[in-house]
Amino acid sequence: MSEIPLPSTVKRVAPWWLIRHETMLAAILLVALIVLGALNNRFLTLDNLLNQGRLTTEVGLIALPMTFIIIAGGIDLSVGSIVGLCAIMLGYSWKNFGFPLPLAICFSLGIGAAAGFFNGLVITKVKVPPLIMTIATLALYRGFAEGISQAHSVRGYPEWFYFIGQSDLIGVPAQLWLLLIAIVVAGIALDRTTFGRTLYAIGNNETAARFSGLAVDRVKLIIYTLSGLMAGLSACVLVSRVTTTRSDMGIGYELDVIAAVVLGGTSIFGGLGTIWGTIVGLAMIQLLKDGLALTGVKGDATIVVIGAVLILSTLVASSLQRRRDGV
Amino acid sequence: MTAASLTRAGADPRRLLKALVSQEALLAIAVIGLAIAVGFYNPRFLATRNLSDVLLGNAYIAVAAVGMSMVIISGNIDISVGSLIGVLATVSGTLAVDGAPIIVTWLAPLVVGMLVMALQGAIVAYLRIPAIVVTLGMLSILKGGLISATGGKWITDLPDSFHLADIEIFGLLPMPVFLMILAAFLAAFWMRYSASGRAIYAVGGNAEAARLCGISQPRTIVMVFALHGFFAGIAALLYATQLRVIQSTVPPNLELTIITAAVVGGVSILGGVGTVIGSTLAAVLIAEIASALVFTDVSPYWIRAVQGALILITVIADILRRRRMAGA
Repeated sequence: MSEIPLPSTVKRVAPWWLIRHETMLAAILLVALIVLGALNNRFLTLDNLLNQGRLTTEVGLIALPMTFIIIAGGIDLSVGSIVGLCAIMLGYSWKNFGFPLPLAICFSLGIGAAAGFFNGLVITKVKVPPLIMTIATLALYRGFAEGISQAHSVRGYPEWFYFIGQSDLIGVPAQLWLLLIAIVVAGIALDRTTFGRTLYAIGNNETAARFSGLAVDRVKLIIYTLSGLMAGLSACVLVSRVTTTRSDMGIGYELDVIAAVVLGGTSIFGGLGTIWGTIVGLAMIQLLKDGLALTGVKGDATIVVIGAVLILSTLVASSLQRRRDGV
Repeated sequence: MTAASLTRAGADPRRLLKALVSQEALLAIAVIGLAIAVGFYNPRFLATRNLSDVLLGNAYIAVAAVGMSMVIISGNIDISVGSLIGVLATVSGTLAVDGAPIIVTWLAPLVVGMLVMALQGAIVAYLRIPAIVVTLGMLSILKGGLISATGGKWITDLPDSFHLADIEIFGLLPMPVFLMILAAFLAAFWMRYSASGRAIYAVGGNAEAARLCGISQPRTIVMVFALHGFFAGIAALLYATQLRVIQSTVPPNLELTIITAAVVGGVSILGGVGTVIGSTLAAVLIAEIASALVFTDVSPYWIRAVQGALILITVIADILRRRRMAGA
C-alpha cells in the first residue's frame, strides 16, 4: 500500500496555497500579538502566554482529530457533548461505582472512544450523513450526561489528580505537554503516513478513493473513534483543571474547535488542511479571547467574535479557493 | 391527504397498509397511544388542564418546526433558530415595554426574523458556504450578542395587550394552538400546490435537475430561509407572550428540539421529502413525552436523551427504507 494513487491536485495545488494561507495567518497572528501587547502590558508576558496554552489544551486536543475529520469531508458536532458525558462518567464511576481514580479515567476514555466509534459506525454502515448523525448524538450524549448525573456535580478528587490540569512540568503547564505530544503525533500521522494521505484522498473524492482500493470506511471509523477518545481526554484534563464534574461541561466546544480548524485553512469541503494550520488557528482564537478579555470585553461577547471569525474565515478561504480554481 | 388515500385504499389492501405506515399516521397513533398508556399509569396525565398546558406551552416549537422542515427539505440545516427566537422575543418585549404600538411589537419579530434568516440564506446560496458553518457562526453571534446586550435581565412590566398567546379565537381556541394549526395547514397546502412550494422539494431532491427545469436554486434557498425566519418570528411571539416575563436569554438547546420535531415528522435529512403536518405532530409528541416523563416519575433530565434517540431512530429508519425502495 505504499503507492497511494492520490489525485494530482492534492500534490500540486494544496501545498502552494496552504503555505500561503498559513503564512498569512501567522503574519496576522504576529501583528495581533504585537497590537495586543502594546495595548496591555500584562498580555505579552510568558506567564500569560503559558496560561493561555493551559486554557486552550482542552479545545486543542479535540481540534486535532477534527482536522482529520474535516479534511476527510466529514464533521463532528457531538464533541462538546462527549466531553460532558466523559466528565460525568469519570466522576460517576469514581464516586458511585467506587472505581479507583486511574480506572475511572480509563473508563471515561473508553466511554469517549465508544461514543465516537458509535458515530463512525452509523456514519459508515448506515450511511447517515455525519452532520445529522452528530447532531443526533449531540442531543443523545448530552442527554446521557444529564440523565446519569441528574444535574449533580462530583468534587473532592484526590490531590494527585489535579497535577494534569493545574501544575507545571519544567516550567510549562502539564497538560500543554500532552497537547504537544498529540500535535507531533497528529502532524506526522497526517503528513507522513498512508493513513494521513488517505484522509486527503477521501476528502477530495470519496468514490475515487474507494475505487482506488483505500479502506475508506475503516479510516472513517478510526477518525470518529479518535475524535471521541480525544474528547474524553479533554474531559479528564478539564475536570482536573476545574476540580469538579458537571453535566454542562463542554457545551459550545464544537464552535471553538471547528472555528480553529477552519480558521487554520482546512477546507470545510474537505481535501485540504494541515495540523500546523489548526495550531495557528487555535492560537489565534485563544489569543483573541484573551485579548478581548484583557481589554474588558465580557465572555459572552467573545463568542460573538468567534462566530463572526468562523463565517468570515470560511468566506475568505472559499473565495480564495474559487479564484484559484478559476470558477 | 391521508383521508383521501385511505378511501382509495379500500380497493387495495396494500395501499391501506401504506397509508397506515405513513409518518403522519404513525405519529398520530403514537400521540394517542402514548396518551392512553400514560393515562393508565397516571390518570392525572389526561386531565384537560395538563393536556392543554402541553399543547399551549409547546405550540411555538411546532410553528418553528414548520420553517425548519422547509429548510431541511431544501437540503440545508439551521442550528441558529433557537438563538434567533431568544433574540426576537427580547426585541418584541423591549419594544412593548418602551411603549411601542402593539401591532409594531407583534410585527417586529417577524420582520427581523425574516431579515436575519434571509441574510443567512443569501450567504449559503450565493457565497456557497455550507449552512452548518453559517448557522453555527450565527448561533454564537446571536447568543453572545443577546446575553451581552441584556445582561440576562428579565423583561417584566409587559403591557396586558401585548400577550398575544392569551387571545382566544371565538372565545374557544387559544391563539397558540390556532396559529400552530393554521401555520401547518397553510404551509402544507402552499408546499404541495404552488410552484414555489414545489420548488423547495425540487431543489432539495436534485439540485441539478431543478436547475435544468429553470428553478433558481439560490433564490429558492433565500426564500426558504426568509420563510423560516417568518415562522421563527411567530414562534418567538408565542414564546414571549405566554408568560408574564421574558427571560432575555436563549432557551438552551431549543434548536435541537425544533430539529428533532422536523426530522421525526418525516422530513428526510437527505432533502426533497417530507411534510409539515408530520413535523407539527412530532412537536406535539415530543412535548407529550416530556410531560409523560414527569407523570411516570422518570426524571425530566432524560428528555434530551429521548430526543437524541428519536432523531437517531427516525433517520436510520428513513435511510434503510430508502435503501430498500431503491433495491426493490
